[in-house]
Amino acid sequence: MALLQIKKLYVDFKTNEGDVHAVTDLNFSIEAGDALAIVGESGSGKTQSMMAVMNLLAENGKARGKALFKGEDLMQMNMADLNKHRGKEIAMIFQDPMTSLNPYLRIEKQMIEVVMHHQGLTKTEARAHAIEMLRAVRIPDPERRIRQYPHEYSGGMRQRVMVAMGLLCQPDLLIADEPTTALDVTVQAQISQLMSELRAQSNTAIILITHDLGVVAGMCDRVLVMYAGQAVECGSVEQIFYQPKHPYTRGLLKSVPRLDQPGDAGIEAIPGNPPNLLSLPEGCRFRERCTKAHEACSEAPPMQLDEQNHAWRCFLDGHSQ
Amino acid sequence: MNDKAMNDKVTKARVKNDRVLRVQDLAVHFKVREGMLFKAKTHVLKAVNGVSFELNAGETLGIVGESGCGKSTLARAILGLIKPNRGRVLWLGEDLGKLDDETLRQKREDMQIVFQDPLAALDPRMTVRDIIAEPLWTFYPRIARVQVDERVRGMMKMVGLLPSHVNRYPHEFSSGQCQRIGIARALVLNPKLVVCDEPVSALDVSIQAQIVNLLKDLQKKLNLALVFIAHDLSVVKHISDRVMVMYLGRAMEISAKDAIYKRPLHPYTHALIKAAPVPDPRIARQVSDDGLTGDMPSPLDPPAGCVFHTRCPYVVKRCELEVPALRRMENGDWVACHCAEELDLTIGKPST
Repeated sequence: MALLQIKKLYVDFKTNEGDVHAVTDLNFSIEAGDALAIVGESGSGKTQSMMAVMNLLAENGKARGKALFKGEDLMQMNMADLNKHRGKEIAMIFQDPMTSLNPYLRIEKQMIEVVMHHQGLTKTEARAHAIEMLRAVRIPDPERRIRQYPHEYSGGMRQRVMVAMGLLCQPDLLIADEPTTALDVTVQAQISQLMSELRAQSNTAIILITHDLGVVAGMCDRVLVMYAGQAVECGSVEQIFYQPKHPYTRGLLKSVPRLDQPGDAGIEAIPGNPPNLLSLPEGCRFRERCTKAHEACSEAPPMQLDEQNHAWRCFLDGHSQ
Repeated sequence: MNDKAMNDKVTKARVKNDRVLRVQDLAVHFKVREGMLFKAKTHVLKAVNGVSFELNAGETLGIVGESGCGKSTLARAILGLIKPNRGRVLWLGEDLGKLDDETLRQKREDMQIVFQDPLAALDPRMTVRDIIAEPLWTFYPRIARVQVDERVRGMMKMVGLLPSHVNRYPHEFSSGQCQRIGIARALVLNPKLVVCDEPVSALDVSIQAQIVNLLKDLQKKLNLALVFIAHDLSVVKHISDRVMVMYLGRAMEISAKDAIYKRPLHPYTHALIKAAPVPDPRIARQVSDDGLTGDMPSPLDPPAGCVFHTRCPYVVKRCELEVPALRRMENGDWVACHCAEELDLTIGKPST
């Protein structure tokens, strides 16, 4: 049984201008200990799909569908039951570490409260555990540092605290929403490496939400590519990076500037802009920016699946370059 | 000699004689108050601390560094938006620091800036026409309306916007299109120098590529001198002729683009290149242990000697005592490292 299975997930937001269809018919699953990347541009629905699973949507948001965690549907649970899972078995790390830590509370207070609640440890035990976790994420001098407030930490250290907090209860699933985006490259490399190490040690499954294909290549086993609220391609990292089948995935890979390629190879941009989620085009949502668009694309393309478990949403067979 | 080589040579010769900007030992310091009431102390934050470089017409200098390294402060000081505490900015041979406000304002016709957050940099209550035309009205108050309109539409076409959208407001555009508006506004006066402060870091990858390519094309077409500031080495690689790497207010290295990505001279440049994530699973998984550890020291209390010595894997005793000067190497590139001659920091060829 998959650790988390998402079935027919839809997320809509009611706004003054009309309904925003943030996520449309999303299906995927992740096994225990796996690392899955959800890749896409802003507005592709990658964050909102996970917010829906965690029941953290904004008030005007509505989600329907199934999110089976170890067979239980998170979407049908009441708040009390959900809280038994959130923070304990499923943890989430957000993009901006400064806004997700409470500036008025010492790091100590914010860390031990989770463990005391979920694992019923005493304050002393919880504190010892928190210090141990800070040491694991390589915060120097954790006994002293734990007494400090978030503003006394640098950006990289705050994000390391977030990782430590996420892993405090040894969750089965860690959802990390752009955990390295706000950080400088040298710190970014440290955090990605740290997450990979901790994953290997504790067999925690990771869902990494990101737009950075470089981070994905280094950390993940499987990749789900989203565009305008839909999954457009899903496969192993090797399949996505070396045999991408959807024109959007191909375009995305070509538009990343690379350090490891010689000279002025140049970068190819995808022309145009993503569609407005208020008024989505009929048929394929990538059609207007796609160089391979043809008549059939005015109908919505189905998800195709090959024998290697590589899925893509396009009429083309994915072989033609 | 074939035509292309000949052309290259001619361009190079022309460029060489066309030095537009010369920055000499520039330093910008801020006073920072820390603590409360009676315990308050004033510290001096040396955001830019002795940076020198030169820029030719038609040349792009990329400036990279992590947050807090002083790259944005440097950009503002180049344009005379901040008065430097030390050093000079020479624009076409003239010291900007010595000019009175009105003369400096006149000079700005030639020097423009593009900001990071495209939506925040545009007035939400102005139409695209008014935004792009504003510099024209400022410098040529008596210009004919028809002429302005023609110029605005021409600019919009040039940056890839539809001239028919001239009456729209910024919120009706996507962030990539807003950045195009910002670029049109910067270019409407036909400047000689454009400083781009992180122009693509707020944009999505596919859009980022559009803007980088646009800037590159325009720079060639208009023979602009471009200062391109970014924290992303790979973006800088695609647009620059030379790259300057900054750390804690100082220039660590200024090298030709081809050299810096193959064999950087400074250990910090090397670390930045090694830390950049590569979008290729096989290469990305060859875990290297030579990544930097620790965080950047506080700019309020930078290390003595070489500012990078606390994190440098090649540190020697001399680095703790003596500030390395930015000096010229045999190949013409510049580096501020005591050990530059002894180190071979060639970036390993990725195995296939």
